Order: sequence, then structure tokens, then C-alpha cells
Amino acid sequence: MLTFKGGVHAPHRKQDTRNKAVEYMQAPKMVSIPLQQHIGVACQPLVKAGDAVKLGQKIGEARGFVGAPVHASVSGVVKAIKQVPHPSMGSGLAVIIENDGKDEFDDSIKPGDIGSMDAEQLKELILEAGIVGMGGAAFPTHVKLSPPKDKSIDTVILNGAECEPYLTADHRLMLEASHDVVDGLKVIMKVLGVERAYIAIEDNKPDAVQVMADAVKSVQGVEVKRLKTKYPQGAEKQLIYVVTGRQVPSGGLPMDVGVIVCNVGTSAAIARAIKTGMPLIERIVTVTGSGVAEPKNLMVRIGTSFMDAIQACGGFVGQPAKVISGGPMMGIGQYSLDVPVIKGTSGIVVLTREEAEVPEAEPCIRCAKCVEACPMRLVPLLISAYALKEDYDNSEKFHAMDCIECGCCSYTCPAKRPLVQSIRVAKRMITARRRRAAR
Amino acid sequence: MNSLIVSSSPHIYSKESISRIMLDVVLALIPAAVAAVYFFGGRVAIIIAVSVLAAVGTEAVVQKLMKKPVTIRDWSAVVTGILLAFNLPQAVPLWLPIVGSVIAIALVKQAFGGLGHNFMNPALAARAILLAAWPVHMTAWFKAGADAVSTATPLAILKGIEGSLDQLPSLWEIFIGSPWGCIGETSNLALLVGAVYLLYRRVINWRIPFAFIGTVAFLTWLIGPQGLFTGNGIYHIFSGGLILGAFFMATDYSSSPVTPIGQIIMGIGCGILTSIIRIYGGYPEGVSYSILLMNIATPLIDRYTMPRIYGEVKPGV
Repeated sequence: MLTFKGGVHAPHRKQDTRNKAVEYMQAPKMVSIPLQQHIGVACQPLVKAGDAVKLGQKIGEARGFVGAPVHASVSGVVKAIKQVPHPSMGSGLAVIIENDGKDEFDDSIKPGDIGSMDAEQLKELILEAGIVGMGGAAFPTHVKLSPPKDKSIDTVILNGAECEPYLTADHRLMLEASHDVVDGLKVIMKVLGVERAYIAIEDNKPDAVQVMADAVKSVQGVEVKRLKTKYPQGAEKQLIYVVTGRQVPSGGLPMDVGVIVCNVGTSAAIARAIKTGMPLIERIVTVTGSGVAEPKNLMVRIGTSFMDAIQACGGFVGQPAKVISGGPMMGIGQYSLDVPVIKGTSGIVVLTREEAEVPEAEPCIRCAKCVEACPMRLVPLLISAYALKEDYDNSEKFHAMDCIECGCCSYTCPAKRPLVQSIRVAKRMITARRRRAAR
Repeated sequence: MNSLIVSSSPHIYSKESISRIMLDVVLALIPAAVAAVYFFGGRVAIIIAVSVLAAVGTEAVVQKLMKKPVTIRDWSAVVTGILLAFNLPQAVPLWLPIVGSVIAIALVKQAFGGLGHNFMNPALAARAILLAAWPVHMTAWFKAGADAVSTATPLAILKGIEGSLDQLPSLWEIFIGSPWGCIGETSNLALLVGAVYLLYRRVINWRIPFAFIGTVAFLTWLIGPQGLFTGNGIYHIFSGGLILGAFFMATDYSSSPVTPIGQIIMGIGCGILTSIIRIYGGYPEGVSYSILLMNIATPLIDRYTMPRIYGEVKPGV
């Protein structure tokens, strides 16, 4: 079985939603669509308060190369453009649209045919559809598909590992829309001029492995890879190593070893955008956790508030103690339920007080369980000890910048020490210092 | 909704805890303690109890005096107490384990910062001090029983220091258990039961103990009394405190390396030192001194054995 060294066996907790088909959530009365939903620069708003907008209309234009436009996910009237809570940035500027319930299509929406388009046209469409990585990091996809000329890409990996506990959005997508996933993969391969691709899936989803294997049977050069179920099997660097045996060099990118990794959700979004002409205005979100009455996989309009999505799942059970955007290993704890679902929101996990209690840290006993668990083969206890002493020189010397922040060290630590948390701080400080030095 | 807990990921944690690990070690030591009582008699139980109470009491008093939170519920002082008792002969006066526990906890553990900061194994360091201060008490080997005759340990016999070779117990005897040596060394079988439990619970890993034992077996076989390849490596494995030391003492977290290669070096280093002391030294047993010496080398070993990280190649090569 394909696997990597290190990692942890976190509980899966996927049973509440793994067998539930994706349900369409009715579009809410109000959506707030952040102008920044991706790594890079925030969009320039194209509308103002009072404007009427239609479904799929571009309302924010990308500024700069690393960016992606945003679109209206409902038809209706722009109420305001203002700062609202943001699931990954604290707060950010968003376009607030009141839904008129008509879902009137914008004139620009025209179904297309993948076969009749060349690579450049496809890439342009991916940019215009506002497609970003759907796995969480939300890197603009057209940028990923435009590697510099000196990088020769020979392999595409579609990431269907979904190694985060609780989440089943990608699992259901593969089961229910395998052809979209495969069609999107063909587009990616065409754009990059690549002839070999793998779809990597953890073996706790044998049904998805089967369905995807059937879907690619007649596709030249595409193979499904079954991976051992272990967190973080879906982390980009680990995935590349497991599938191709190549190691992304320290400080480098997947393209440095000739690989581009896309999430299966991104692939399906590409296919749908091209086939229907509708840009990225909705996504599958797994709403789950013991704090949710009826956990579901919901197809949600971008800009829907977490509260509305949770209400669509029967509301809370008891008092929610922690609401996470994404999975529990790398997701972001939310301070407000008004935050909107954005393009990178793979899940909303609600934990009860008992589960959410942050354990008190005890002294490090040097048990080295973090060393065994680190998939990057770092020595977390050492980097963390330096980081807590604000000795960032030594944190950097012991490879703090290679930390992928998967959280295995903190998860496994018997003393419940803030290992990844302190390393994360060190990374920010080192990055800030590098920036200052570059000036 | 102001009550939402906001913290940095991860948001879930494994069930492992320090106290569970220490409790596992205590559980793993119980078979050997039971075997010791069986072979040596009830006095051993009193020695272990006194040692544990003194260790826990010292920890509580020192932490109170230092105005630190009292952490005696984490079981770590219990582990130290049992291990110290395991390193004493069964005939010691009862004040000796008390003095030893105070040294182990107050001097070796708490004075250097408490759990996780001791640079030597507390029980072994205390044993070394006791041995230097009260050598007669610390080597009072008595064969248990009504006649209570003074006996030599198998390693001393093997080395020709004391006794004669016909007094040497069989390999089977020293494996199953016999009233020789320190309290904890009595039954290798019982110790191995505990060791397997610790490996199964992933409290320890194979690297230090296997490297340690393998090195001793190889070297004592290689450098035998009648020349090369004439030693009895297997007998050495089960003699003295090797099994106890390799699985329960050399694996002490805070005084052993954290890097995988470092742990193997620690094991091999302990094995070489033990063999040298056993073969060439003036002292029949070398396990505890070898571990203490490697404890001191641990920071250095860690520094030079940092793992090669994922992707540690120059970009573009």
C-alpha cells in the first residue's frame, strides 16, 4: 500500500456523512461574497450598492496575475460593499447581495464544449470562471496551470485523498460526479500538455476508488492510486512522494519536480464551468460534527453564511463550542457564525464543549513522538522550544520553514504542547524578517 | 455566540498523556516486581513501597518548597521509585531506598528543572551515588531462604572475581528467574513481558533496547575468555541488569536522544560501554554506568544526528 513515513492515525469520524448524497441547499436570502477568496491580491469590485446583479455575473475583477475574479452566486440587488467577518482572514471586504429568488442567468453564461477548445482558450475560461484550488488553500488555478517555460511538467495528480477527519465532500463528489472529475482532469492535462495523470484516493473510500477507476478505464494515461489511510496523506508534498517517488526540494514547488497537484473538487469545478458556462458560484461543503443536528454534504452558494448552512442541517445540538472552517487538523476556528462559505470552504465542523476544550500544556518530556509523527522529518520539539524563546534564528536553522503545518506533532503530543502553533508563529516571524531584509 | 472557542489548529488531540505513559511504565514493571517478591520474599515489597513513597513524597515536598505546581499525579515519581528499588540488593537497610529516592528526585530530577529536564536517569544516578557512598550495603547479595548465605552474582562468577564456575546458574534459571543480583533483575521473563507491553503501547520503540542488547551480545561473544568468538553472548544478555537497563532505563525520555539515528547510537554506545566494563573493567556489571555515560552524551548525539528532512536537496539539482 502506498504511504509515507510519519503521520498520525487520527479518528476518521466520516461515518455521519459518508453515505449521504450531496443535497442542494436553497440559496439564502442574503449572501456576502468576499472580494478575496484566494492567495494573492483582493479583487476590484465591479458593482456598487444598489446595482442589480444576475446569477454568474462578474462582481469582482482580479488584480494582478495571482488572483481570480468573483461572481454573483444569486440574482438580486447589491445592498452594500463592506467589511465582514472572513473565514480565513479575520475580516475582509465583501459584496452583500440580497437574493431575489429568481436565479436569473447573466447574459455571459454560455455552455461550452471542451473538445472544441484549445489550451489557451481553456486556460482563459478557467481564469474567467474564477476557479481556485478547492482543497482549502484556494490558489488561483489558472496560475497553477501556467508554469514558467523552464519547468517541464510531466505528471498531474488529482488529490482525492481527503485525509482530514470528518470531511466527505470530495468523497461524495467522486461518487456522484466522477465524469466531471475526469473531464476536468482532461482539461488540466490538455492545458499543461501532460500525458500522465494519477487520481490519488485513501483506501478508506473503496467505493470512490472503484467508481473513479471505472471512470478512467477508457482514458489514456490516467490511473487511480489507492493510498493507505493516514493523515496527512493528502498533503501536497507527501502525496507527490507517495505517487511518484519524487521529493519536492526544500523551499521549492511541485513544479520543480515536474508535478502539478489539483484537488478533485477543482477538477470538477473546471469541467462544470466549461460545460455549463457558469463560473464558480457554489461548492460542496460537509457540515458535520457532534454539534450539528443532521450532518450533511451540502451544495452551497458561495457567500452563504455558516449559520444559514448549519440551519439547513437542522441547526445545532446544544450550545456550539467551536466552529471550524475546514477539517479539525488544519481548519480555522471561527469567532463568528456570520462568516460566509468561500471557494475554499471544504467543511464546517461544529464541536461540542467537551471535544473543543483546549488541553493544558505540560512540560515536554522529550518522548520524541512528534519526531516520529512529522511527515517532513523535522524535530518539532526543538523548533518549538526555540520559537517559544523567540529565538527565530535557531528555529529557522532547524528547518521551521519546511513545516507544512499539518498538526501531527501537536495532535500526538502527550504533553499537549503547542508545537505546530509555536512553529507557525516562528514561520510568520521569519517570513516577515525575510521581507524586511529584501527591502 | 460570543462563547465560541477560537484556537489555532489542530482542533483535536490524541488521547495520549504523560500520566498514561508513566502509568504504562508502572504497569510494565509490575510483573518483574511480582517475580522479585516470589524469588526474594516479602521484604522486597517493603523496599519497593518505601522507595516509591519516598520518591513521591520528595517530589511533593520539593515542588511545594519551590512554589511549583505539585505534579505527583503524573506517576513519574512512582516510576523513579520502582526503578531505584529495582537497582538495590534485597538485603539493603530500609533507610537506603529513602536516601536514594531523595537523591533521585530532589537532586537529579527537580534541581535540573523537573520532568523532562533531568540529564541523567534519576534512579541510575542515585544508584551510582549510593554505590559510592555505601558500597557494602549496595553489594550485599544474599541468596534468599532460611540459610541466607552470601552469594556471588553470575557475572562476578563468570568473570572469576568471586565463586567458582560450577556455582553458575543455568541460562534457563536466569531467564525464568532466580534470587541473584538486584531486586529488579530477578526474572528476565517478567521484565520481557513488561517490555513487550511497552513496545505494544508504543511507549518505547525498538531502537535503543535492540541496539543495546544486540551490541552486548555481539561483543561479549566476539571477545570471549578463550579468544575471539568464544564468549557466551546469550548468557550475557540475561545476566545482570541488561534487560532491565535496556528496556526500562536507557529508554528514559529526557536523558536519551530524540532523533531516530541518535537512539540507535545511544543503544550501540551503551552496548559497547557495557561490554568493555564487563570484559575488561574491574567491576562485573556495566549496564548502569554505560547508560549514565551515554545520558551525558545525549545532547551531543542529538545535535549531530538531526534527520535529513523531506526535500533536503538544493533546489534545481
